[in-house]
Amino acid sequence: MQKILFIDPEKCSGCRLCESVCSLHHEKVCNPTRARIHVVKWETSGLYVPMVCQQCENPICEVVCPMRAIKKDEKTGAMLIDYDLCVGCRLCMMFCPLGGINLDAKSGKVLKCDLCNGEPRCVQYCEPQALQYLNATTINLKKRRKAAEKYSELMKKMLATV
Amino acid sequence: MVWKRRIAYINLTTGKIISKPIPKQLRQLYLGGRGINMYLLYNHLTPEVDPLSSENILLVGTGLLCGIPALGSGRCDIAAKSPVTGAIGDSNIGGFFAPELRLAGFDHLMISGKAEKPVYLLANDGNIEIHDANHLWGKDTFETQDMIRDDVKDEEVKSLVIGVAGENMVRFANVRTGMKNSAGRTGMGCVMGSKNLKAIAARGTMDIEFSHPDELLDYCKQMNDMITETRWARAQSKWGTLIIYSNTNTTGLIRTRNFQLNRLEKGEDLEPENMDRYTIGMSGCYGCSVHCRHRYVLKEGSYAPIFAEGPEYTSLGAFGTMVDCNKMETVLVANHLVNKYGLDTLETGGLIAWAMELYEKGIIDEKDTAGLKLEWGNEEILFQLITQIAHREGFGNILADGFNTAISKIGKGSEYYAIQIKGMSSLHSDERPTPSLALGICTSTRGADHLRGRPAIDLYGLPQEMLQEIYGAPVSSDYTAYEGKSRMVWWQELLYAVTDAIGTCKFQTVFCAVHAPKWTEFKNLIQLATDMKFTESELMDVGERIYTIERMFNLREGFSRKDDALPERYFKESTPTGLPIAKGKKIDRNGFEKMLDEYYVLHGWDHNGSPKKETLERLGLDKEPSHIV
Repeated sequence: MQKILFIDPEKCSGCRLCESVCSLHHEKVCNPTRARIHVVKWETSGLYVPMVCQQCENPICEVVCPMRAIKKDEKTGAMLIDYDLCVGCRLCMMFCPLGGINLDAKSGKVLKCDLCNGEPRCVQYCEPQALQYLNATTINLKKRRKAAEKYSELMKKMLATV
Repeated sequence: MVWKRRIAYINLTTGKIISKPIPKQLRQLYLGGRGINMYLLYNHLTPEVDPLSSENILLVGTGLLCGIPALGSGRCDIAAKSPVTGAIGDSNIGGFFAPELRLAGFDHLMISGKAEKPVYLLANDGNIEIHDANHLWGKDTFETQDMIRDDVKDEEVKSLVIGVAGENMVRFANVRTGMKNSAGRTGMGCVMGSKNLKAIAARGTMDIEFSHPDELLDYCKQMNDMITETRWARAQSKWGTLIIYSNTNTTGLIRTRNFQLNRLEKGEDLEPENMDRYTIGMSGCYGCSVHCRHRYVLKEGSYAPIFAEGPEYTSLGAFGTMVDCNKMETVLVANHLVNKYGLDTLETGGLIAWAMELYEKGIIDEKDTAGLKLEWGNEEILFQLITQIAHREGFGNILADGFNTAISKIGKGSEYYAIQIKGMSSLHSDERPTPSLALGICTSTRGADHLRGRPAIDLYGLPQEMLQEIYGAPVSSDYTAYEGKSRMVWWQELLYAVTDAIGTCKFQTVFCAVHAPKWTEFKNLIQLATDMKFTESELMDVGERIYTIERMFNLREGFSRKDDALPERYFKESTPTGLPIAKGKKIDRNGFEKMLDEYYVLHGWDHNGSPKKETLERLGLDKEPSHIV
C-alpha cells in the first residue's frame, strides 16, 4: 500500500529542521528558500504549520503542465517533475492550491516534494513527529481514535457513576 | 562555503558601511560566534571607554556551524563592553535570527558610533541598509518585530530588537528575537539603546554551503539521536528547564527571599507539572530536536489574555522563590512583562529580591521607594517594580542602573545583601553546598553567571571513573567536596567557549546531559562542515584562547583576582534548610582560595589571574592586538 506524508501541525515545534534537511539532501546546501517544505508560522500566536505538496489524487499541476512533465511515480505515489521536459513556465506553481510547488530563484526551476524515493528525509529528522510517513488507513484510524477520545472519556465517566 | 561569509563594519555616526571577508586564519584560531566576537572586542575597543558612549562597539556573530540541521545551530552571539559590569559584555541568543543573517551573507557585524535618530539595520542578500526607526521607538519587543515585517513586506524577516528598557538605557536591558529568545545578560540591549539602534533585521536567500553535505546530513542525524536519547533532553522536551526546580527545591539548592532560605516552603505550585494547565505545546529554536520552550496561554487574571513563551527556570527563581512568590501565574505574568519591555529576567529578579531584603531589614523604607511597600510575596509590587524599572520611574530608576550604582546610591551596608559578582546578579541557585558551582560563578568573565563554566553534572554524583574519563584527572564524586572541582570549572569553561563559537546550544553538550556531544563530535562536525581539521586537544586550545583573551580584556579594564570573589554571605551564613546534604552548609574560605589557585594554574595564569608569558605564546596571544580584521 502507498504511504502518505502526514502532517500534524499540533505537534510541530517550529524548529525548521525539515527545511534545512530537505535543502541539504536535495540541493546539497542549507537554504530554506530552496527547500520543498516550509513551516508557515504565526509567531505571536504560537501556530506552526508545515506545508508541503500533498501528492494529490487529481493533481492540478499534472493537468496544467503544457509539457506533461509531471507524472506519478507508481512506486511511491509522488508526483515527479521530469526536468528534461519541463520548460519552467511555472503554471504548476500558479495553479497549485496548497503552494506545494516552490520556485528555486537560483536555477529558475520549479521544485516539489518527491518523497525522497519513499524515504522522506524530513520525517526522519522530525523529533516531535509532526511529520510522519504512514499508510493511508493508519492515518484514518488514528484520526478517528483521536476524535473518539472525548466520547470515550464521557462514556467512562457515565459508566463509573452508574 | 563558510569562507564566503563576510564581516560588515557599520558606523552609525557617519552611516558608512563596508564589508570584508573573514580570513581563514581567524577561523582556525577562534572559529566564529563568541570566539571571533571576543577577538574583535579585544582588538577594536579602546580601553576604559564608557560603555554607554558612542565609542563602545556592538558585535553580532553567528556560530561557525550556523545552519546545520542539528544541536540547535541557530545561535547568535552579541558582545560589547558591558554597561552592567564594565567587563566583557557577551550574551548568546537562540531562535531564528543567526541563520537568517548567514543566509543574508554575513557572519559578523561590528557596529560603532551612534545614530542621530532611532534607526534599524536591514541585512539582505549581501547588502546592509540603515532604516529610519522613529515609528518603532516606544514599541514593545513583539510589536517591533511585527512592524518590521510589515515595513519590509516579508513575513520571513527575523529581527534582534530592544524594548522600552533598552531605549531608556536600563543597564541590564536585553536583546530579543521571536516570542521567547533573549540575549539576556550583560546589558547588550542597553548598548543598542545608547546607539539609537532599535533593531537589527535580516532576510536572506543565499546558500549556506558545507564541505561534505551528504556525510554532514547523516552525522547530524546521529547527533540529534545522541542528544534526544539522554534523560535530560527527554525531560526538557516535556518540561523545559523548569524540571530543575523539582530537584533543587527538594534538596535545598535554591535561593529564597534573596539569600535567606535555600528552599521555598509551600512551593508546590511552581512544580513543572503545573505548567500543563497553561501550555498549548512546546517549541524549538532553529535546528533543535529537543524543543524546551513552553508556549503558554493565560486566560484569566488582570493581565489576561496573554500568549507567551517560557518561562525558564531562571524566571521561576527570579519571580518565584527569590521574591517569595509561590504561584506559577505570578511567574508567567512577570515573565511576559520583562520580555515585552526587554529586561534581563535574572538581573531584574535579583535586584528586586535584594531591595525587598533591604526593606525588610529597614535599610530602605517607603521614603526611599516612593511609597512602595516592598513586602515579600506581593505580586502587585513585583509587577509595578518591573514596569518602573523598564520606564526608569520612581524607585525603579535606582534599580535600573544595576547593582554597582544602586549600592553606592543606597549605601548603609546594602552591599552585604547583594548577591552579585563584578556587579552582575547571580542566578537564584544557592551554591553554598556546592563548591564547584560557587567557583564557576566567580571566575566567569562576564560577571556572576551559570552559563560560563558551571559543571552542572557535578550534582549527579557520577562514578569516579566516569568523571575521570570526562575531565581527564581525578575529580571527587561528592558535590560538597573541593577536590578536583577547579578542574571541572576550567574544563566546562573551555567547552562552553567552543560551543558558543560554533553556535550550537549549551543544553545539547555536556551541561546537564552527561552523554551529550562534546569535543570529538564537535571536531567531526567542524571537519564535515568546513574541512578544517582539529584534534580534541587543539579544540580545547581554541576554548583556552577564547577564555584567555576575555581575561586579558578584563585585566586591561582593571579587573583581577580580587574580582573573582564570592559575596561575603557565602562564607558567613550557613544554609538553614534542605536535605541533610545541603543543610548547614557554607563555603570554606581556605578551600575556596585553594580552588581558585588551582584553577589559575590549569589556565596557565599566575597567582593574580594574569596569563603567563608562556601561556600567551602557546596560544599565539602574545602579539595581541594583532588586527587580522
